[in-house]
Amino acid sequence: MAKSIVQEFTKGLWEELPPFRLVLGLCPVLGVTTSMENGLGMGVATTFVLACSNILVSLLRNIIPPKVRIACFIIIIASFVIVVEHLLQAYAYPLFLKLGVFIPLIVVNCIVLGRAEAFASKNGIASSTADGMGIGIGFTLSLGALGAFREILGKGSLTIWGDLGYNLTSVFPSFQPFEFMVQAPGAFIGLGLMLCAINAIGD
Amino acid sequence: MGYFELIIACIFVNNILLAQFLGNCPFLGTSKKMETAVGMSMAVIFVLVLAGTITWLIFTYVLVEFNLVYLRTIAFIVVIASLVQFVEMFLKKSIPALYAGLGIFLPLITTNCAVMGVCILNIDKEFTFMQSLVASFAYAVGFGLALILFAGVRERILLARVPKPLQDTSIGLVTAGMIALAFYAFKGMV
Repeated sequence: MAKSIVQEFTKGLWEELPPFRLVLGLCPVLGVTTSMENGLGMGVATTFVLACSNILVSLLRNIIPPKVRIACFIIIIASFVIVVEHLLQAYAYPLFLKLGVFIPLIVVNCIVLGRAEAFASKNGIASSTADGMGIGIGFTLSLGALGAFREILGKGSLTIWGDLGYNLTSVFPSFQPFEFMVQAPGAFIGLGLMLCAINAIGD
Repeated sequence: MGYFELIIACIFVNNILLAQFLGNCPFLGTSKKMETAVGMSMAVIFVLVLAGTITWLIFTYVLVEFNLVYLRTIAFIVVIASLVQFVEMFLKKSIPALYAGLGIFLPLITTNCAVMGVCILNIDKEFTFMQSLVASFAYAVGFGLALILFAGVRERILLARVPKPLQDTSIGLVTAGMIALAFYAFKGMV
């Protein structure tokens, strides 16, 4: 049974929520979520690559010879990653510096290649676009949530956009931030606990 | 920075898995059994040293020379993918024993972001040829060390009773966090 476009879009938001349900592409999830802003920025960059590569793969799906399809997909994805890299460098330089090595690494993000191979190479343009956007937005929201979780516990504050922010310590003066939540170990533990929460809700 | 400090920094302080978060998919995927963890570590050491040096040469003598630095991402992924293919064919023909040992882990390395990540880090940190050779090797050893330690812990967790929502990957991540906490102690050493 073919799913409708809306269903293709919404499945990425819960049913196949990338980092939690599919447990794929964990490196950027762990690496950039030291704050909500970074997480969202990375998510938007990945969404762009995901949607564009899905569209192009879907367009070319009858032309690409099946034997060399993976190589073709990787080249398509790499081209869009270069586009994103230069766009960020030009228009969002501070974010570009913070995300660092993780932007070129979108190329090897399993989610992007996974969607190209499992979905876009078999479906039409409209549903592939919806799929790419859905999975991408799900990924962005997950990164943002984990970033917010780590930032609140680790720094006791939440930066929303630039100077706009919310300081937890002014409301609860006795709150002591856990410094380690914004460091490496906190990434693993934070993601593990969120995965646990999602599993508990899902059951 | 001397080579000794570089090695210590790459294995412990900036451990590729636990401090830089690169290559986490195989970290969680192949750590359920000690055997697969060892296989993956060996394959990564082998490919990473080759990939790190070859991408360095290509970047310095081709991309910089012809002003094509913006093609770095696409050039590196193509080099890594073809290198993995080449290594696979070479091993199959000439060292079948090693090929059988590495098995399915070789093709998986193409999408291991630790390999691509180290190649990019070598360039970003402006290492010389020798430095990138040493750093690639040390990063790969650090990958193996963390993976094998983690697999050891994970085999023991199988015997423990874990609450249902925490099972499998979830408890794996929390465990990885504990190991990362141990590695965190190395911070500021070099």
